[in-house]
Amino acid sequence: MDFSYAPAPESRSIVDIRSSYGLFIGGEFVDGKGEAFKSINPASEETLAEIACADAADVDAAVAAARHAYDTVWGPMPGRERAKYLFRIARIIQERSRELAVLESLDNGKPIRESRDVDVPLVAAHFFYYAGWADKLAYAGFGPDPRPLGVAGQVIPWNFPLLMLAWKIAPALAAGNTVVLKPAETTPLTALLFAEICQQAELPPGVVNIITGAGETGRMLVEHPGVDKVAFTGSTEVGRAIAKAVAGTRKRLTLELGGKAANIVFDDAALDQAVEGVVNGIFFNQGHVCCAGSRLLLQESIAEDFLVALKRRMALLRVGDPLDKNTDVGAINSAAQLARIRELSQVGEQEGAERWSAPCELPDRGFWFAPTIFTGVTQAHRIAREEVFGPVLSVLTFRTPDEAVEKANNTPYGLSAGVWTEKGSRILNIADRLRAGVVWANTFNKFDPASPFGGYKESGYGREGGRHGLEAYLEH
Amino acid sequence: MTLTAEVARSQGALRTFLHGLPGVDQVGAEQRAAMLGTRSIKTSAKAQALDLAIRMVDLTTLEGSDTPGKVRALCAKAMRPDPADATCPSAAAVCVYPAMIEAAADALRGSGVHLASVATAFPSGQAPLSVKLADTKAAVADGADEIDMVISRGAFLAGRYAEVHDEIAAVKQACGDAHLKVILETGELGTLDNVRRASWLAMLAGADFIKTSTGKVQPAATLPVTLVMLEAVRDFRAETGRIIGVKPAGGIRTAKDAIKYLVLVNETAGPDWLDPDRFRFGASTLLNDLLMQRTKLATGRYSGPDYFTLD
Amino acid sequence: MSTESPARLAVRKTYKLYIGGAFPRSESGRSYQVQSASGDFLANAALGSRKDVRDAVKAARAAVAKWSGATAYNRGQILYRVAEMLEGRRDQFVAEVAAAEGAGERDAAAIVDAAIDRWVWYAGWSDKIAQVHGGANPVAGPYFNLSAPEPTGVVGIVAPAASSLLGLISVVAPAIVTGNTVVVLASTERPLPAVTLGEVLATSDLPGGVVNVLTGSVAEMAPWLAAHMDVNAVDLTGVTDPTLGRELEVAAAENLKRVIRPSTPDWAADPGVSRMLSLLEIKTVWHPKGV
Repeated sequence: MDFSYAPAPESRSIVDIRSSYGLFIGGEFVDGKGEAFKSINPASEETLAEIACADAADVDAAVAAARHAYDTVWGPMPGRERAKYLFRIARIIQERSRELAVLESLDNGKPIRESRDVDVPLVAAHFFYYAGWADKLAYAGFGPDPRPLGVAGQVIPWNFPLLMLAWKIAPALAAGNTVVLKPAETTPLTALLFAEICQQAELPPGVVNIITGAGETGRMLVEHPGVDKVAFTGSTEVGRAIAKAVAGTRKRLTLELGGKAANIVFDDAALDQAVEGVVNGIFFNQGHVCCAGSRLLLQESIAEDFLVALKRRMALLRVGDPLDKNTDVGAINSAAQLARIRELSQVGEQEGAERWSAPCELPDRGFWFAPTIFTGVTQAHRIAREEVFGPVLSVLTFRTPDEAVEKANNTPYGLSAGVWTEKGSRILNIADRLRAGVVWANTFNKFDPASPFGGYKESGYGREGGRHGLEAYLEH
Repeated sequence: MTLTAEVARSQGALRTFLHGLPGVDQVGAEQRAAMLGTRSIKTSAKAQALDLAIRMVDLTTLEGSDTPGKVRALCAKAMRPDPADATCPSAAAVCVYPAMIEAAADALRGSGVHLASVATAFPSGQAPLSVKLADTKAAVADGADEIDMVISRGAFLAGRYAEVHDEIAAVKQACGDAHLKVILETGELGTLDNVRRASWLAMLAGADFIKTSTGKVQPAATLPVTLVMLEAVRDFRAETGRIIGVKPAGGIRTAKDAIKYLVLVNETAGPDWLDPDRFRFGASTLLNDLLMQRTKLATGRYSGPDYFTLD
Repeated sequence: MSTESPARLAVRKTYKLYIGGAFPRSESGRSYQVQSASGDFLANAALGSRKDVRDAVKAARAAVAKWSGATAYNRGQILYRVAEMLEGRRDQFVAEVAAAEGAGERDAAAIVDAAIDRWVWYAGWSDKIAQVHGGANPVAGPYFNLSAPEPTGVVGIVAPAASSLLGLISVVAPAIVTGNTVVVLASTERPLPAVTLGEVLATSDLPGGVVNVLTGSVAEMAPWLAAHMDVNAVDLTGVTDPTLGRELEVAAAENLKRVIRPSTPDWAADPGVSRMLSLLEIKTVWHPKGV
């Protein structure tokens, strides 16, 4: 019997999107002085809302508001009171979770199942986790009375908009800092709803400021002399520029940048779960994941059989309307990103790799790319070295564990890696030798507020999550 | 030599083969099963799924207190689940103890609903092989066209694979034309690795269906266990060309659960298994919930137990 | 304690035991009179017996698997929910603490606020104690070596005699946030806030049996708790008689229970982590590293 799933759309009506949004400064929404821009739904190209753009004066005002709040309210406040504000925010996120999930899918293009089951629960969990540190900093391992840094300027990307906001704001506030955060140009809406949540929680004005804008706004924020700490998640290229911009200043910096992670499958892997892990590793969130397992390193002896199973599994991926509860792969976030994915895929073909996608019907409007694998890839290919940031997997082979480690490490990046084998000692030996900040063994793309995340080498420096995630926001 | 013959030629060969199968990561398998459980099956897809599920039910009564009267009522229910709605399909089969076969055969005659009987000292299987074979032969002679046997879990857990294999093969022979379901009793096997091994062992020995549980032991059927069994039948077909059926039994009480299983089948073994000849539910209370959901889809109102028969 | 106008009679609360998520009376049928700090009659509380202790330990043991098996995040969520319920009952606790401890309303309110904040503090420890007191050990060989704290199991607690809410919370929260289950003997003289705490716990998604509250004579019940062979640790904080304290410690030694000795700390001060650590076992796992 042909069992095709009928449309199962999540209703949009739960979220009330305003026609235009201002900047959130000093606890209020105010007009931006820069030129307003539009945020669109990448699955349909419809305009969702008009967004304010922060110019230099707006950035000034935001930093000043954050400084004032730090000096007069948040800085002097005891940790147990800061904790309770963060707990309130966490609770409200849980209460409004469906609204946040729908809005995230509309603005970003990711499937509702993911924003509902992965993104938003993790967002709430991050606030809960760091709320609990606010009154325990003496136990965090940074001295008996670690002090905050002051005002943090934070710039986040479009791939996990609300989650990246949580990763930045929760530890900063728990440690006693105030923040000015710039969401990505294409995905500002959940950050703006978060601003409303701050109001609902009665967070003191100026503790959190959200300034929308594009690259220029981010640059002005990062370079602002009133900012004590800069945190950036995004491309290695921009990260490099920021590192240069803060050179010679007193500003502390943490960066979470790109990756080209190796997902290593050995001949004794639990095959069905490894197939799942490989698929999840590169097609989750449309491959818009810095730690995506974008290079599959297959032990040669099982390569052929594994690829049969992988292709069979890929054929089950449902690409389509992000608001349909059965969608597995949503829309590409922007026309620009789609162009880049297409370009690199063409490069892959030109380089001689063999391209394969499962047949799927893509909608006419919106930005879409079918999940794709390239086999016969070698380290010398551009598609084995450059981050595609899309649903494209490069498949390479290896013969021995040493060769796998060598190939896995042979990259300027070092964010994450995967290891699939049923042999425990092999997992631990390989994990030791991989130059990556996160090693997933027999699993992939697992995140938890208690677990530190961050990269080696050009994937950035600093860790987010866990006790280690406090370090970036404390004097020590 | 076929895979079956090659592997089953000795205890050593069987052991090497079964222990050489890929392992199952428990957490990964559970997460895959859980993710498939989030599929949202609505409207037309739901209607289709509910009717299919009804057609896949092996309506079961396996109690010491069963009587011909009870069995007759069950058979009537299996043939015509919803007296108020003639469009409702019949169940696949009725499943009873050997002593009740005669009463069931009488009631089901000419209906097309199959008559499954448990055999081989169900549920424990703790009896000599001669007794188990006699049990099987008698059941078939009395009119059962499907036999649900139990494997010797003790022998399996002790690694005596050839013994388990040979028992299944002997029961299969005793079945004659009746089709054989082999109950693995997954709740006693301890690990998903063992579920995979037991599935292969049963298929190599000639099972027509592999079945999760007797329903007398907790846990009975679960989504992760059924996932592993569906992977096994998928891989067995790729290896040998034969299609073996899967039957989860016990603990499947709601239509929602049943639909999750159908999604699991659809996205693991594939649509070829979405057929009562290849997938069954061993259940009793499930049927009424399927009927209730079916009625709700048709009328738009939530229904209540008063509107469905208790047998 | 009620503030209704004289024409309306208040519906008084009966104070029962809290065992296995339910509120039974003592199986002995006994009760005793609880008085305020100034000698006024407050209520009849259950006078717990050795069989109540036995039943409570059984309930606590039955709850161990699920509670210690819950994720740290889940335990933290439930404890935070308890704090929400405590906040909702703030006025009731203020009145009970004022009456029990002879405190003025302002002081009682400060105590209750401190107790709620203390509970919130502990709630935030559930998913952090392992990071602060566990970790990888750099052994001299090709081995992965990890130490992680695990709950000890069932903990018997003698609650502080005088500090009827803040002290009580300061001994109960550290035990359960770490995954243990408890049988707590409330202060003999000042048991009522403990029973109200039980009511708060019962409405907080805390599984039945994780906390069990017995009221009555500590001197009568504590020996049974300290000697019980299915209890893993005893916290004797609230024992005021040194002779009894020593006897209980001797009884506890029979199955080598972990013991927290009697003390009267300043409950307002930062509690530190020692109570939590006393009720945790460190498990260290080795695994070779090789291809």
